[in-house]
Amino acid sequence: MPSVGRNIPHDSARGHVTGQSKYVDDLPFARNELIVDFYWSRVAHGRIRSVDTSAAAAIPGVAALFTYKDLPGQNLFGPIIQDELLLAEREVLFIGHPIVVIAADSREAIRLARNAIVVDIEELEPIFTIDAAKKAQWHLGESRTIRRGEVAAAFQEAEEILEGQWRCGGQDHFYLESQAAVAYPGEHDALIVHSSTQNPSEVQEVIAHVLGLPINKVTVVTKRMGGAFGGKECQATHPAAIAALVALKTGRPARIVYNKDDDMQITGGRHPFQNDYRVAFTRDGLITAAAIDFFSDGGAYADLSTSVMGRAMTHADNAYFIPNMEITGTVCRTNFPPNTAFRGFGGPQGVATIENIIEEIALRLGRDPLEIRMKNCYGVDDRNVTPYGQPVTNNTLPRLFTECAERSEYYARRAEVARFNRESKTHLKGIALTAVKFGISFNTKFLNQANALVNVYLDGSVQVSTGATEMGQGVNTKIGQLVADELGVDASTVLVMITSTEKNNNTSATAASSAADLNGGAAVDAARRIRTRMTEVAAGHLAAASEGELTASTADIVFAEGQVYDRRSAGRKLKFRELVKICHLQRVSLGERGFFATRGLEWDPVAYVGTPFRYFTKGCAASEVLIDRFTGMMRVLRSDILMDIGRSINPGIDRGQITGGFIQGMGWLTNEELRYAESGMLLTHSPTTYKIPNIQDVPEVFNVDWIDNATNVVNVAASKAVGEPPLLLAISVWCAIKNALSFVSDGKLDAPATGEEILMRLANQKPETRN
Amino acid sequence: MKDPEKPLEAHESDNEKRAEVSRRDFLGTSVVLTAGACVAPILFNKSALASEGAVPGGPISSAVDVTLRVNGTAHALKLEPRVTLLDALREEMQLAGTKKGCDHGQCGACTVLVDGRRTLSCLTLAVMHDGDEITTIEGLAGSDELHPMQAAFIERDAFQCGYCTPGQIMSAVALLREPCGASDDDVRECMSGNICRCGAYPNIVAAVQDVRRSKTT
Ligand code: FES
Ligand code: FES
Repeated sequence: MPSVGRNIPHDSARGHVTGQSKYVDDLPFARNELIVDFYWSRVAHGRIRSVDTSAAAAIPGVAALFTYKDLPGQNLFGPIIQDELLLAEREVLFIGHPIVVIAADSREAIRLARNAIVVDIEELEPIFTIDAAKKAQWHLGESRTIRRGEVAAAFQEAEEILEGQWRCGGQDHFYLESQAAVAYPGEHDALIVHSSTQNPSEVQEVIAHVLGLPINKVTVVTKRMGGAFGGKECQATHPAAIAALVALKTGRPARIVYNKDDDMQITGGRHPFQNDYRVAFTRDGLITAAAIDFFSDGGAYADLSTSVMGRAMTHADNAYFIPNMEITGTVCRTNFPPNTAFRGFGGPQGVATIENIIEEIALRLGRDPLEIRMKNCYGVDDRNVTPYGQPVTNNTLPRLFTECAERSEYYARRAEVARFNRESKTHLKGIALTAVKFGISFNTKFLNQANALVNVYLDGSVQVSTGATEMGQGVNTKIGQLVADELGVDASTVLVMITSTEKNNNTSATAASSAADLNGGAAVDAARRIRTRMTEVAAGHLAAASEGELTASTADIVFAEGQVYDRRSAGRKLKFRELVKICHLQRVSLGERGFFATRGLEWDPVAYVGTPFRYFTKGCAASEVLIDRFTGMMRVLRSDILMDIGRSINPGIDRGQITGGFIQGMGWLTNEELRYAESGMLLTHSPTTYKIPNIQDVPEVFNVDWIDNATNVVNVAASKAVGEPPLLLAISVWCAIKNALSFVSDGKLDAPATGEEILMRLANQKPETRN
Repeated sequence: MKDPEKPLEAHESDNEKRAEVSRRDFLGTSVVLTAGACVAPILFNKSALASEGAVPGGPISSAVDVTLRVNGTAHALKLEPRVTLLDALREEMQLAGTKKGCDHGQCGACTVLVDGRRTLSCLTLAVMHDGDEITTIEGLAGSDELHPMQAAFIERDAFQCGYCTPGQIMSAVALLREPCGASDDDVRECMSGNICRCGAYPNIVAAVQDVRRSKTT
């Protein structure tokens, strides 16, 4: 039986439930190991007058103190724009900016050393808002524009025009396992670094860069992460580089693990956005033009912000065909920690903006927002090209809208919500059905490549290594299934190995939902090459064994169920492992390196036109909420999700991704609010004050399903990426809140819609309620 | 900026932060990680030795003898009184299955059983548990291959990254003996102290209910 399509448990399932799964900080302490931490700026913007580490150096147990002057390589780095200083030199640009690296025998000594370091900083005016950055023209990278059609003319001829501003807050990744790395010194300046990272190759490159080493001297290893969600791409480079610096300089193993409060304060998260929009539409609700200006808060350094903005812009259309469209994107620079990748990568901010606009249009016209959505939905045969020029092929959106509305009994429940709101004096209900169309592939073309190493051993067991990193999303399980099917063996005989730059070089981040697509593709390529060679051997062997009955024919060789046979004589079967032995005796290679590069991508990163995505993952969700009018407290009564995820490689894992992504999106849009002191210090830096969804926040009725769709043949096993898209379906919850509020107010709402935000909107409620 | 810890106190509104900083200072001081501490079966916390050298402003060393019975095995340790049970398990007894999430009693990742009751091991001091029977995820199954709750978590895919999972399972096992109502809502109430960023919640509820139902039938 093929493994693909089956609910094979996560390959770490047993380890997870028995406590045997190892995370970076679970590595036993090595002899002579040093604990590493750093002194970070408590000032958001300032000029460093002096740094005095002499008292700290005298503390027993302190092994080393380093500033930027001690870096053997380059202090300046960055994934897209090289603008970031690993260790502050003359200026600090955010709270959390590392200034002095401390290495010691004990945490006690680290704490004492941190208190003994004297850094004199002259405080400068900080910038904390998008408005202030706009005024100061403090940006990261260039503004970009997507333009299609005759926007100005369309506005001139418009029957209706709406304009406004919509804002959403940031989000802390709150991976339960904080940032961590352990660096072990090797011979001749070589280093082995265990890092909790989504991007071992980037960590490797940054370490080599800041330490002035050739890249081949640095090996980065990632077994797994205790959650990442985008927060362990670029932001994992800092702790790893700092630990590596200590290991290189002291010759001792060096471990760094952020505590949760520090992690939340000093690493960036999802970008807050503040968007201005204008939209033109007919009295029937057909959108004729839209102009959206996106402004994000990138924090102090560029990190991935320009790329995140690109994805926001290419998702501003979401499921809707808008013939005339102008979308601009500007990343504002502020004195917060650099914001970075976070599941959805700008997509959620782009999609939420247009979904809010749709709700506004419906309110203006007094119509059902779902009607507006379906009216403007991308067509199957026409009206199906995005503003940046990519056709929407295999368009299942109209079907998803219809089926999701049916399954969720949307229309009946919408009427019931209106009835409830007329009668209840204490509560409000709201309902909304929103869609997602999420582009799959890295926006940056060259990142869409992967390599894989497959080794077959003499007993027929198989090892696979790729650049994909496991953070709970089950990528390794899926890759194992794909390889097992390629070789016709049971998935239990295929082991997906620890990720290491030693085996897979120059890999891309496990990100953009694409890890299984890319690395799975590469692993399949490697396995297929091995199978091709084994097929030759099998054909010859089976023909010889048939005593003249068969001629050798590779086209007739079948690999299935751990056996190999000629389909013309299916009774005579070779065990897979027997064939392996025969191949070995015949000196046929049983190892292979595979490669995969996504085809058909074309993207002009300046003009913003082209085909940046291989395909789209799509979905709809209907959510209903209940709001307490006296407290603002909100509960999600029911959510119905219906997605098009192609043919699922592992339904159990995909279900988990959909459920978990949706819940995480709910957090962003409802409870998770980052609050800062006037100094720019994050106040909500622990789960006491920063409320991620808990088990009681899950929709009371929660239906998750997907349609049958085998048409996505452009991707491995006709599957579709599923990591990020469901997060955006949580926008249905936010829209349902907006819908509820619209019964008693103008419906204006920003995100997150915390209880407090809801209560404030309720307090401004209009005197007459709307029926 | 004379003292990196000081400016925090300038934010008068931020009382909570100050409380946390002092908690970190209080607890953080006492754990010392050295190579020696990892290999010897009977462990001597080296902070005792380190601070003998009269560190200015350092803690007063007062390592005490304590015997922790963990998963049926007695561990004779010399620990500073301020070492949390979590750090003692992870760093003195090499039982890294119990996870550190927030280290503040807010996430549940560090949940263990003390005399059968769930306890946040980051919020309790190791020395307070001299003689207590402590069970961690590593010892949950006893001589069986898996505890039924562990098997149910696998069956129901009740995890993704796995980092919250040991804590979830320990809470869920404790719940079996608590006066928790029968409904899913009751389970959610009883499990609300364990957060999961991956959002595996629906499957966690299902796993817990599977085990409870199989117990009653
Ligand atoms: S680590 Fe103990 S509750 Fe979070
Ligand atoms: S499984 Fe990742 S935090 Fe729960």
